[in-house]
Amino acid sequence: MSFAYPGGPEVLHEVDLAVEPGEFVAIAGPNGGGKTTLLRVALGLEQPTRGSAALFGEPAARFSRRARIGYLAQRARLGIDAPVSVRELVSTGRVSRRGLFGLLTAGDRAIVEESIERVGLSAHASAVLARLSGGQQQRAFIGKALAAQPDLLVLDEPTAGVDVDAQEALAALLEELRRDLSVTILFASHEFGAVERFVDRLVLVRGAIVFDGDPAALPTTWHDPSHVHS
Amino acid sequence: MRLAFAAGTFVGLLAPAVGFFLVQRRMSLIGDGIGHVAFAGVAAGYLLGISPVGTALVAAVFGAVAIEWLRARHRTAGDQALALLFYTGIAGGVVMISAAGALNANLFTFLFGSILTVTNGDLVLVAALGAAGLGLIGVLYRALLATALDEEGARVSGVPVGALNVVLAALTAVTIAVSMRIVGILLIAALMVLPVIAASRVAWSVRSTIFLAMAIGLGSVYIGLTTSYYADLAPGGVIVLVAAGSFVVAQAASALLQRRS
Repeated sequence: MSFAYPGGPEVLHEVDLAVEPGEFVAIAGPNGGGKTTLLRVALGLEQPTRGSAALFGEPAARFSRRARIGYLAQRARLGIDAPVSVRELVSTGRVSRRGLFGLLTAGDRAIVEESIERVGLSAHASAVLARLSGGQQQRAFIGKALAAQPDLLVLDEPTAGVDVDAQEALAALLEELRRDLSVTILFASHEFGAVERFVDRLVLVRGAIVFDGDPAALPTTWHDPSHVHS
Repeated sequence: MRLAFAAGTFVGLLAPAVGFFLVQRRMSLIGDGIGHVAFAGVAAGYLLGISPVGTALVAAVFGAVAIEWLRARHRTAGDQALALLFYTGIAGGVVMISAAGALNANLFTFLFGSILTVTNGDLVLVAALGAAGLGLIGVLYRALLATALDEEGARVSGVPVGALNVVLAALTAVTIAVSMRIVGILLIAALMVLPVIAASRVAWSVRSTIFLAMAIGLGSVYIGLTTSYYADLAPGGVIVLVAAGSFVVAQAASALLQRRS
C-alpha cells in the first residue's frame, strides 16, 4: 500500500508488510520516515491512498473486534487536567471489553489489578499519575492497553523521554508478555536500546521498507536506524 | 421557594457532573454557546405563545448537535463553530423577542434566574431530565472517561468516540434547559465549570473530583438561593459568585496542603 496526506507528497511508498501472530516486530527508522503513519494505517486510523490494510484478515478501517488491540500512542499523556489515579487510567482499558453500558465486574477489577501488577505499579495503584516519573506514567498507559487483554499490542515510540532503567524494565515486560501471553507486538521507535535483543524481526522504514528481517542481519552501515542514510 | 430548592438540587448536581467532562476536554465555553442558542429558543417560545422552557430545550439540543457536527467534520474549527452559533443564537433571540414584544422584566428571569417563577410543571421537567441526565452519566461514566483520558486510544479500541461526543453535547444542552429557571441562561455555564476547577485543586482522583464538584455545585445553589431570597437578588448571580468563592477557598487549601507536604 501507499499513503499520502491530502495535498502532500507520498509518505509511504509501496509498503508490503505482514505480521504473524506472536511475532515481536520492531519498526525502525528516522523521525519523519513514516513509522507512525504506517502504524496508523495498520490500525485503520488512516486510509491508504493505494492498496489496502487488514487487521486479523478484516479491512483495517472497518475492523470490528477492536478489543483485540492494545495501543500506546506516541507521547501518550493524559488528555485531562484533573487528578487521575493509576487504577482509574488502567480500568478505562476494560471499556472495549465491557461495551459502552457495561459496568465493571469483580472479574474486570481483578484483571485491572493484574495489569497494574504486571507493569510493576501495584505500590502506586492509588497514586495520582501526574506525580509519577515519565517511565512510570508510560508503564501505566501500557497497563491500560494490557487491561483489554489484547492479542496485538501496538506501541509508538514508547521509550521516548524515559531513562535507561525504564527502558530495561519495558524490554523485560514486553518479552514477558510475548512469552507468557503470546501477544503480538508492533514496536515503533527511532532508538531501541534494551528492546533490540528481544525482537524477532526488524523493519526499517524510510518512506518505504528498506530492510525487513533478523536484526542481526541488518547491514552494519544501517545499524543505528535513527541515522538518515543517503 | 421550596420549588426552587427542589429544582436547584437537580441543577446543582447535574451541572458540575456534565461540566467535568467539558472542562477536561477543553470545551468549557460550549456551555456559553449553547446557552445563547437556548435564548433563541426562549424567544421562539414567546413568539409562538408556547412554553419557553420546551422551545429552549429543543433549540439547545439542536445547537449542541450542530456544534459537534461542525467540529467533528473539521468543516469549521471548534472556536469558529462556537462563535457562529453563539452570535446567530443571541441575534436571532433578540429579533424574535422584540417581534413578540416581550422585551420586559419577565425575560430577565430566564437570563439570570428567578426563585419565584419556578412552577410545579418546571419542577417535574427539571426532575425528570435531571435524573435522566445523571443516570446517563453514571452508565456512560467509564466510556466518557476513556475518551477524555486518551481519545485516540479509545478510538483504536472501538469506543464510539463520535457518538459519545454528541451525547455529551446533548447532555450539555439538557443541563442548560433545566437550569435556566434557577441560574439563568447567561450564567449556567459558570455552574458547570467553576465547581469542577475548584474541586480539581484539592481532589485526589477523577471520582473524588466529580463528587466534590457536585457537592460544591449543590452547596452553591443552596447558599445562593437562600441569600438571594433574603437579600432580594437575582439567584443566578449569587449562585455563581458562591461557586467562584469556592474556587478561591480550594486554591488556598491546595497551597496550604502543598506547603505542609
